[in-house]
Amino acid sequence: MRVGLVCPYSWDMPGGVMAHIRDLAEALIADGHQVSVIAPASDDADLPPYVTPAGRAVPVPYNGSVARMSFGFISAARVRRWVRDGGFDVLHIHEPLVPSLGVLACWAAKGPIVATFHASWTRSRAIAVAEPMLRSALEKISGRIAVSDAARKSLVEQFGGDTVLIPNGVTVSRYAEAEPLPGWGPDGDTLGFLGRMDEPRKGLPILLDAFVLLAERRPGLKLLIAGPGDAGDVYDRVPAALHRRITLLGMVSEEDKARAYHSVDVFCAPNTGGESFGIVLAEAMAAGAPVLASDIPAFRKVLGEGQAGALFPNGDARALAEEAGRLLEDPDRRTVLSEEARRAVRKYDWSTVARDVVRVYETVTSPGAGVVEDRASAP
Amino acid sequence: MTTIVIVLVVGVVLVLTAVYISWRAGRLDRLHIRLELAREALDGALVRRAAICLELAASRILDPATSLVLASAAHEARTAGVEEREHAESDLSRTLRAAVDQERFREKLAERPGGAELFAELEEAVAKVVYSRRFYNNAAGVTRTAQRRFLARTLRLAGYTEYPGFFEIDDDPPRAMAAE
Repeated sequence: MRVGLVCPYSWDMPGGVMAHIRDLAEALIADGHQVSVIAPASDDADLPPYVTPAGRAVPVPYNGSVARMSFGFISAARVRRWVRDGGFDVLHIHEPLVPSLGVLACWAAKGPIVATFHASWTRSRAIAVAEPMLRSALEKISGRIAVSDAARKSLVEQFGGDTVLIPNGVTVSRYAEAEPLPGWGPDGDTLGFLGRMDEPRKGLPILLDAFVLLAERRPGLKLLIAGPGDAGDVYDRVPAALHRRITLLGMVSEEDKARAYHSVDVFCAPNTGGESFGIVLAEAMAAGAPVLASDIPAFRKVLGEGQAGALFPNGDARALAEEAGRLLEDPDRRTVLSEEARRAVRKYDWSTVARDVVRVYETVTSPGAGVVEDRASAP
Repeated sequence: MTTIVIVLVVGVVLVLTAVYISWRAGRLDRLHIRLELAREALDGALVRRAAICLELAASRILDPATSLVLASAAHEARTAGVEEREHAESDLSRTLRAAVDQERFREKLAERPGGAELFAELEEAVAKVVYSRRFYNNAAGVTRTAQRRFLARTLRLAGYTEYPGFFEIDDDPPRAMAAE
């Protein structure tokens, strides 16, 4: 199948949506499909062969944050040309409500169009003002996909109708094998955490409290933290005597992230809520790290109600410390959890996700009728 | 002078109205095309699901009782009239759940030659029923709203196309196949 993917955010700036599109494109290519991605990027940017640049991205505030997007005459003309020359069987737009390439592609094309909604948003004045314009773009979309229940809920509340849910994927093979970080390694006394340190919903404070409780009993206990944020927030919460037993890696590369998962005995995910899927959890599972997670619904589901990872009552630092202590004492249980995790995460591998997305493509396409330029909207 | 101005204004208003009406009509036409394609996809998905159920029932892989309920549910779904269709397709979904959610169904099927392939095909067919029905109902909803608009009703912009209905069935997949 010839697939055209539209990325709304700058290809130079790593982000969730961009990573999703990259992984989907690569999974589809591995599956034998022909894929072309159009994304905001300057012409001299270093891009993979399947990406067409649509022009430099401009930072614009939208939906509560600043995003780097492309719009204007030049981008519109490039999108139109890309649609005309692409000969796609299906056009797959990401975040069509974001005023960037997605809206332009909807405008320039007709035929089988699929759209994936990533973010959830609250009913804002901006959306209300733009609604009639967005509505006519949305009317061209024959298949809608949401990546999470939250995204699906806000879409349905705002525009009605229904969507199919296809969650994010994780490239299992990228995490499956990696060397532990230098000086680290599962030694029976290492806890790990990955995520923003200053985002309370990631639950790091709960883990720190649990660490203090458990460190009294276990003199060798160490904590490895990877993720952006302010070191002061972490050190202020624990007694000075324990500071040298907590290591902050800060923001890590993809490669070091995989190595970090392989460096710990128990990977802790103390998130207090708001996680639609828990990509970090899935990555840790792909690496075969024994997982200990809060029992929020999303995690219970991913962990098969505790079969593929231990659970503790959400927000309870004491319970987290107890359960972590039990796991550190029990290497056999950790081995079982690690194997179960590797098995359970296969369901979330990109190859599975891409298969479901292809089913959506097949549902909206009919033989001989591909995507063509919509001349009614030509300038 | 004033007459010319009035004639001009009336002329411009008429042209604008005509452009607007033709735009609305064009939009409705696009929605009808989308609805028709969605309907075809849904029909195709339902026919395929029933066909695979029949194939599974006839394959002698299942026990005779399961084969019998599955075959008769698939047959009912295939031959139901317009009125009973939603009912019959829902029944097929329920029968399928009862059959597939038996203990170790997937493993037992995989032991037989061709069984694993049949399971994969069935899973795909079941998923596509869910997808195509969502997409169809979506298209139907938008088209209904557009047809109900004042202009569309008074000028009969929809022509002789009928007011589309939603397709409401129970299409929950068996637990072993649940994608969501």
